[in-house]
Amino acid sequence: MARKTDAAPLLDVENLTVRFAVKRGSGWGHKSYLYAVDDISFAVKRGETLAIVGESGSGKTTAALAIARLVNVYKGKVNLDGTDILHLEGENLRQARTKVQFIFQDPYSSLNPRLRAEAIVREPLDSLSNKSDKECKEIVNRLFKAVGLRPEQLRLFPHQFSGGQRQRIGIARALATQPELIICDEPVSALDVAVQAQILNLLRKLQTEFGLTYLFISHDLGVVQHMCDSIAVMYMGKIVEHANRLSLFNNPLHPYTAALLSAVPSVDKKRRESAKRILIPGDPPDPVNLPSGCRFANRCPVAQAQCSELEPDLKMVADGHRIACHLVDEDAKSPL
Amino acid sequence: MATPLLKVENLRVELTTRDGVVPVIDDLSFELGAGESISFVGESGCGKSMTALGIMGLLPEGIGRIASGTITFDGEELTTASEKRLRDIRGNEISMIFQEPMTSLNPVYTVGEQIAEVLRAHQGLGHKAAWERAGELLDAVRIPNAKGRVGDYPFQMSGGQRQRVMIAMALACEPKILIADEPTTALDVTVQAQIFDLLRDLRTQTGTSIILITHDMGAVAEMAERMIVMYAGRMAEIGPVDQIIEHAHHPYTKGLISCVPHIVSTLTDERQDLTEVPGIVPSLKDFGKNQCLFASRCKYLTQQCTKGRPPSIKFENGQLADCWQAEGV
Ligand SMILES: Nc1ncnc2c1ncn2[C@@H]1O[C@H](COP(=O)(O)OP(=O)(O)OP(=O)(O)O)[C@@H](O)[C@H]1O
Ligand SMILES: Nc1ncnc2c1ncn2[C@@H]1O[C@H](COP(=O)(O)OP(=O)(O)OP(=O)(O)O)[C@@H](O)[C@H]1O
Ligand code: SF4
Ligand SMILES: [Mg+2]
Ligand SMILES: [Mg+2]
Repeated sequence: MARKTDAAPLLDVENLTVRFAVKRGSGWGHKSYLYAVDDISFAVKRGETLAIVGESGSGKTTAALAIARLVNVYKGKVNLDGTDILHLEGENLRQARTKVQFIFQDPYSSLNPRLRAEAIVREPLDSLSNKSDKECKEIVNRLFKAVGLRPEQLRLFPHQFSGGQRQRIGIARALATQPELIICDEPVSALDVAVQAQILNLLRKLQTEFGLTYLFISHDLGVVQHMCDSIAVMYMGKIVEHANRLSLFNNPLHPYTAALLSAVPSVDKKRRESAKRILIPGDPPDPVNLPSGCRFANRCPVAQAQCSELEPDLKMVADGHRIACHLVDEDAKSPL
Repeated sequence: MATPLLKVENLRVELTTRDGVVPVIDDLSFELGAGESISFVGESGCGKSMTALGIMGLLPEGIGRIASGTITFDGEELTTASEKRLRDIRGNEISMIFQEPMTSLNPVYTVGEQIAEVLRAHQGLGHKAAWERAGELLDAVRIPNAKGRVGDYPFQMSGGQRQRVMIAMALACEPKILIADEPTTALDVTVQAQIFDLLRDLRTQTGTSIILITHDMGAVAEMAERMIVMYAGRMAEIGPVDQIIEHAHHPYTKGLISCVPHIVSTLTDERQDLTEVPGIVPSLKDFGKNQCLFASRCKYLTQQCTKGRPPSIKFENGQLADCWQAEGV
């Protein structure tokens, strides 16, 4: 096991690949594969938040599930605190599971309707730790308070809570085993904006309080901008750009990232007047029959001949700014 | 404004629920001019869709009814119109795009057949002409290779394409008003941007008025000239979009705008906590109460607020805010 230092990232994902077998056409038993996550690598420092953004089907959830060992990984490593957790078994796996927790999008379906709130929050403690009944009760009480729920609500069932309150229960449950990494997959998408603000503030408060590291998946770039320290942009299973918050939002380099940002409607009049919309017509390619070059080439407004021949690598062009586009080099200038 | 195309006055829509009869729309008045674009915003359950359904004459049968008020469309009173006449208007003059495109398209017919059917029923076109026009409409909503795709079934299209088919269908009869109820909620932002562009172009080209229902202030800012903020079945605020974003006079509007982490022209290191509007929308059974329904969540609350329904306070440019403290907000 590698030694724990502050500089070492908490989460270090190397060449992660997840593929699904799909049946296609009329051929007998001919198997094709859909590479939902295709050779992605990234690291997240302790106490920081990495956001993953990208259009529907780009592989965000699959990547998150793979990191939490909730889906089979085809290739790659997921190093948590220096240990590759993909090959752990038995007690070691149980230990690792306490360190990684998941908050799901849908507060309506992700909680067991037949359990009381306290039992839901307590469940991971019972299955993953050896704490006494008294300790468990204390932890649950403390977490209830930390997420802004009242003690008298401990005995209620999920349907007796509002959507925002249910998401608070989900967060309390995720915190129960004192995890280091929390994966939030669209944690506020099902909530009204006012409740969304309450939950986002809570997540940030808990992060400082417990030193949490977040992997934060969202399709809402405003939310991402507010929550994260860095962002990885995915397109068709690949990371196409990865940079810190300011670089990515103020100097997007990949044409897809630029198109994505330009599409966000804004209340900021200045932004609406200055921003030019970058159109990306058409649809993404068939994920089972990928084109040979850059996966974005057929929609890219600046694509050139080489783009549909050779797949661009994800390369570092500036301090921590990684980008996969033939038209961007060391000077980190947007090709648009 | 000259005579407005649509004029809604003191509209009250009642729902019969387990808790009794409640006003899901309570004294709503607004006007929509020809070619104008107006937006309804507010949290879930505030009555945005009910407003649209009320105008369309599509309130849930046996549950919802227009209790009082008037809806005047092009000089004609809709609240007293016959079901036959309403069906006629729905087909030809006011169209609606619903939120979930998969459930509103018929899975067993091709998209071309479904559009052609509308054209035959409402515009009296023959089979061949209707089919051809269907292809043109798919092209108008920018389905790539439209002529080749009229024979596709809904499941063969992506979510964004299905939504564009819905728009094509809504436009088939060149309506005077297009009501779009969260037309892009299930779609990626890049697709949403394309749909918005499309709606904007249609408006300039055909002069169709648009009523856009959304929960996204950014979308309102990009798409509409005026907005109506709904809260618990009542209008909280109405006025020009830019003006309201600049200076909202209702605490709820202010909260809706500032609780969202907006994307801005240049991002800085600064990140403050989001403004919170505590609590949630009251339940339906509390909708009709004679007080400000926002009171339990409001930081401007005074004693007056729970003693009576706030009046509409007028500001310049037609901005109205229903709040006892509106002048101080
Ligand atoms: N169990 C599965 N079997 C086969 N294909 C799958 C499976 N799960 C996901 N996929 C496919 O993998 C790709 C990535 O899906 P994923 O759910 O990770 O996307 P996402 O980025 O989370 O999208 P969204 O924003 O819609 O949640 C998609 O093409 C999807 O259809
Ligand atoms: N068929 C129905 N029967 C009883 N109550 C209903 C029915 N349809 C809607 N309601 C209630 O009427 C109220 C207003 O609903 P409406 O659909 O207009 O809300 P909305 O503002 O469109 O919300 P959303 O943003 O979630 O679409 C809600 O409290 C809702 O629960
Ligand atoms: S009337 Fe009172 S409670 Fe209602 S919004 Fe105005 S200040 Fe707040
Ligand atoms: Mg997902
Ligand atoms: Mg609605």
